[in-house]
Amino acid sequence: MPDQLIFAIEVFLNGLMAGVLYALVALGFVLIYKASGIFNYAQGVLALFAALTLVGIMEGQVPFSHLINAVFGTEIHNFGFHVPALLAIALTMVVMVVLAWLVNTLIFRHLVNQEPIILFMATIGLAYFLEGFGDIMWGADIKKLDVGLPQGINGFIDQITLDALGYGFFIDNLDLVATAVAALLVTALVIFAQYTRQGRAMRAVADDHQAALSVGISLNFIWVMVWSLAGFVALVAGIMWGTKSGVQFSLSLIALKALPVLMLGGFTSIPGAIVGGLIIGVGEKMFEFLIGPLVGGATENWFAYVLALLFLVFRPQGLFGEKIIERV
Amino acid sequence: MLDAPEGYTTEDGRKIGGVVMEMKNITLRFGGVVAIKDISFDIREGEIRAIIGPNGAGKSSMLNVISGFYNPQEGEVWYKGAKRPPMKPYQVARQGIARTFQNIALFDGMSVLDNIMTGRIRQMNAGLFSQALWKGRAEREEVENRGAVEKIIDFLEIQHIRKTPVGRLPYGLKKRVELARALAAEPSILLLDEPMAGMNVEEKEDMSRFVLDVNDEFGTTIVLIEHDMGVVMDLSDRVVVMDYGRKIGDGTPDEVRTNQAVIDAYLGVAHD
Repeated sequence: MPDQLIFAIEVFLNGLMAGVLYALVALGFVLIYKASGIFNYAQGVLALFAALTLVGIMEGQVPFSHLINAVFGTEIHNFGFHVPALLAIALTMVVMVVLAWLVNTLIFRHLVNQEPIILFMATIGLAYFLEGFGDIMWGADIKKLDVGLPQGINGFIDQITLDALGYGFFIDNLDLVATAVAALLVTALVIFAQYTRQGRAMRAVADDHQAALSVGISLNFIWVMVWSLAGFVALVAGIMWGTKSGVQFSLSLIALKALPVLMLGGFTSIPGAIVGGLIIGVGEKMFEFLIGPLVGGATENWFAYVLALLFLVFRPQGLFGEKIIERV
Repeated sequence: MLDAPEGYTTEDGRKIGGVVMEMKNITLRFGGVVAIKDISFDIREGEIRAIIGPNGAGKSSMLNVISGFYNPQEGEVWYKGAKRPPMKPYQVARQGIARTFQNIALFDGMSVLDNIMTGRIRQMNAGLFSQALWKGRAEREEVENRGAVEKIIDFLEIQHIRKTPVGRLPYGLKKRVELARALAAEPSILLLDEPMAGMNVEEKEDMSRFVLDVNDEFGTTIVLIEHDMGVVMDLSDRVVVMDYGRKIGDGTPDEVRTNQAVIDAYLGVAHD
């Protein structure tokens, strides 16, 4: 097999893996959008906040320690214990559910029946607030997150490809784990949305508030549930991205990468978020590999957005989005 | 006969039971506007109770009070022998009071089947975690409820559209799907807000037949608002007449028809 082709396959595989990580972030957007019609700008910050909280709990950090020290002149930073990863993840999830309840009770319950643009502005406000809040609570330094996920080159794949093709593929273990987790998450979410009582109620609330009330669905319960789910997906994305590149402010910017994924997959489709993520991941890696050298490289920065633009022009509802039905 | 506490038997032999819901001195205001003023009436088990009146009389407001969308400033709602505290609409729905809307409120993006399944929420008790962990129970529940829904689909003759997204249906069928969703809840009281508004003669006849059949087959208590006097007089056992937020008549269709206040409200009074 020619070297060029083998290399292309490796790039393709790595593209798929990167796509999975994009999709994980996009999923959070889709969930909230499906159930409340809100485009949640804060999803990226939610992932950052979840990762910060997770690290903080694992390290036994005292929340707001900088603030406490500044006000009272004390010097406390740590409780002096470490929490095991699994327990810390569970505790972080509890924090995310409380956050979901607060977000709904303090903000979105008061904005029922407002224009989508107003809800969108509220999420921008939420994003900036949460960013600062996360900083005050856990500190602004770059943190290392290690919940025990395997990292580095997968020796097995390296070995068999080396034996078979004479060239060892570099596939990161973390990417493999992320793929498995994403597959599991999506399956669970699709089953949840399509076949469970709460899932159906979630779709119902997204469609018509009055009708949902009239069949006995509590809007507040569904909204808190949806924000909790989004918090959960944010936590998973935060763990994956945080393990990969450290927990720091730039984590919140991955939300921007999710935008083109959403344009492709459609804002209302969970499988769409996955396929969209994969197309963007593979597309930008392959484009860089094949066309990049001809145009001087650095295509990864813009490829996704141009692709999204094309979709906006020719298929605005995305690949899997709900068709816009209107009877006249 | 209408005052008999244990109920009565109609001319066509249907048994009407005791009082299931009673409105006592209901007053509802929006700021300075009085939408409902001091209205009292009762609803008996198994009857078809109509609320009629000219536009703006407060009929829909009354229905919204019953279904909990509005909470009246004064007065009491008694349901199944107990005074009902102020409630959210979803809580009222869970007590077995289902409704349809004047301007159809369906879930447009979902199929007819899924729309009707949402009506079964009251009957599905498997919690979030048992649905995730204990597949058997959730699955059995889904199958049982699906069976009940299919019966309603057959009953209302909408088998051919069960997989169609509701947004694509014509108006008349949407109304029927909305009725199906309300029925799926197996309500003890079914509230219909102008079920025949905007329909042609044929559709109206179909809908009238369904309303009667539902009442007959399931013994469902039905409260309906309707403009078409012919329909009201044919369908209902007892009629409440409202005008400018007040009750001006209450009784059998024949009694109401001959009530001078009602005639005045509908035909106008000569001022000399």
